[in-house]
Amino acid sequence: MLLLAFDTATPAVTAALHDGTTVVAESTRIDARRHGELLLPAIDRVLRDAGAAKGDLTALAVGVGPGPYTGLRVGLVTAAALGHALGIPVHGVCTLDGLARAARAEGVTGPFAAVTDARRKEVYWAAYDEHGARVSGPDVDRPADIADRLAGAPAVGAGALLHAGVLTGARGPEHVSAGHLAAHAAERLAAGGDLLPPVPLYLRRPDAQVPAGYKAVLPA
Amino acid sequence: MADEPLVLGIETSCDETGVGVVRGTTLLADAVASSVDEHARFGGVVPEVASRAHLEAMVPTVQRALDQAGVTAADLDGIAVTAGPGLAGALLVGVSAAKAYAYALGKPLYGVNHLASHICVSQLEHGRLPEPTMALLVSGGHSSLLLTEDITSDVRPLGATIDDAAGEAFDKVARVLGLGFPGGPVVDRMAREGDPEAIRFPRGLTGPRDPEYDFSFSGLKTAVARWVEQKRRAGEDVPVADVAASFQEAVTDVLTRKAVKACRANGVDHLMIGGGVAANSRLRAMAEERCERAGIRLRVPRPGLCTDNGAMVAALGAEMVRRGRDASALDLSADSSLPVTEVSVPDPHGAVHAHAHHSLGGGA
Ligand SMILES: Nc1ncnc2c1ncn2[C@@H]1O[C@H](COP(=O)(O)OP(=O)(O)OP(=O)(O)O)[C@@H](O)[C@H]1O
Ligand SMILES: [Mg+2]
Repeated sequence: MLLLAFDTATPAVTAALHDGTTVVAESTRIDARRHGELLLPAIDRVLRDAGAAKGDLTALAVGVGPGPYTGLRVGLVTAAALGHALGIPVHGVCTLDGLARAARAEGVTGPFAAVTDARRKEVYWAAYDEHGARVSGPDVDRPADIADRLAGAPAVGAGALLHAGVLTGARGPEHVSAGHLAAHAAERLAAGGDLLPPVPLYLRRPDAQVPAGYKAVLPA
Repeated sequence: MADEPLVLGIETSCDETGVGVVRGTTLLADAVASSVDEHARFGGVVPEVASRAHLEAMVPTVQRALDQAGVTAADLDGIAVTAGPGLAGALLVGVSAAKAYAYALGKPLYGVNHLASHICVSQLEHGRLPEPTMALLVSGGHSSLLLTEDITSDVRPLGATIDDAAGEAFDKVARVLGLGFPGGPVVDRMAREGDPEAIRFPRGLTGPRDPEYDFSFSGLKTAVARWVEQKRRAGEDVPVADVAASFQEAVTDVLTRKAVKACRANGVDHLMIGGGVAANSRLRAMAEERCERAGIRLRVPRPGLCTDNGAMVAALGAEMVRRGRDASALDLSADSSLPVTEVSVPDPHGAVHAHAHHSLGGGA
């Protein structure tokens, strides 16, 4: 098995290769404005670093968010097109699950939350139990509205750190890494489990205002 | 012909997910998935709605185009994509997809200009563009006179609208008349029942001191609105067909007059009209008449190729391959305001130099 995973749902543009046993290459850059420019070169880099060819890939795993839409779509459409052209399956992974796995690898114990920045003073978040299983979410909320529910528990991720005044358990890791996303997907697949369909978790409707009728040009 | 370059083109600058396949100047497939119905109730294109629709439609539309063309992805000589101008988020979906296809298939990537593509599509109907060609580009976002010597490298703007684009004027007048969105096709239809001489609407920037090749349609739109409101205030019926026909006459009169003038002044005897408004039946008829009289050969693609589509992008991509133009890099950006003079976005490091296609036989 050779699984390529990547995620563009947050400021991290991250790609990794997993051989079924371990992560064999990884590349992560933090740049919220250049997902489109950075992703394909990152994918190319991890393949080169691992000495692997595109044709060796057996599956793709892509972060499906939640995340700000423009960046999120870069990962999803890239996965869809790569999967189509290479004729390999594309699996979706909740980006927050990747972040949660990174948190446990860094020693976070007990129930905790993974929180990313949703902009507009909101966060995307999900809650995990002491075994790292997601027990609620993903949701989008204002930090103040979830502060009580998270009180006392660690809250990992850039969304928590950004609102550390309200989310008092805020701590690292700050960013999701494709290595953890890949490991999560590889374990699920090996166990015969299900992953998500590769479709975006927007969690919000598109902003669209119906323009106020026709505006007269003659003075009233 | 069989050894001309085979290129797939992807277009996502606005609300159409277009994927075309072209061999040289031959159209093999033109697949379009439109989100226009989702925008209609908003009275205009909603960028986020368009972007979401592009993501959903991308792979199915690519597959549909390949099936229509009867080719496999491995046969392609390149992947072309609209790099700009257009809606930033919408462009990014197409650019990201094109990169992934190019990378996975090991094919060169060509990020190209949407406006140059609107011109180059003419090659699919009338063969290679004569050099030079005058292009009148009239769409939802642009109204320009462009002189091109080589559509892959040299597009020179002679003039452009100083306010609204021609298509925008159609859309706004349709709103004034309560005809819905997009306005162009319905105004065109209504106008057929009306008298183009019924109301004399102003012809913008046609005075002796006005810039020769610039356009202005904002004053016209306001004049139409005024005229209609006055009728309504007076409690009279608005003769919708006459208003549509008279408005359309004013737009097409100015467009064709200036285009013919530009051809004459520059000694160019081929005029190409492209962009969504080139689908307009009155514009096509008037241009034909006036070009005929002036001894200018007119090239207007069929209406379906005038509005946004992937075939036009593939057409320009195929010409890029044929002429051995530099390909784009994998870190190509979508550029929502790509200038019309930048026909393509080659790799700034020039590393991916494409070799002139073997069918070219020297030259270029
Ligand atoms: N038959 C017609 N008559 C007049 N206008 C038309 C007709 N058909 C389409 N249009 C107009 O063409 C415009 C759409 O053209 P097109 O798709 O080329 O524009 P765009 O891609 O939105 O803009 P741009 O190409 O400048 O980025 C709309 O404004 C529409 O009203
Ligand atoms: Mg267009």
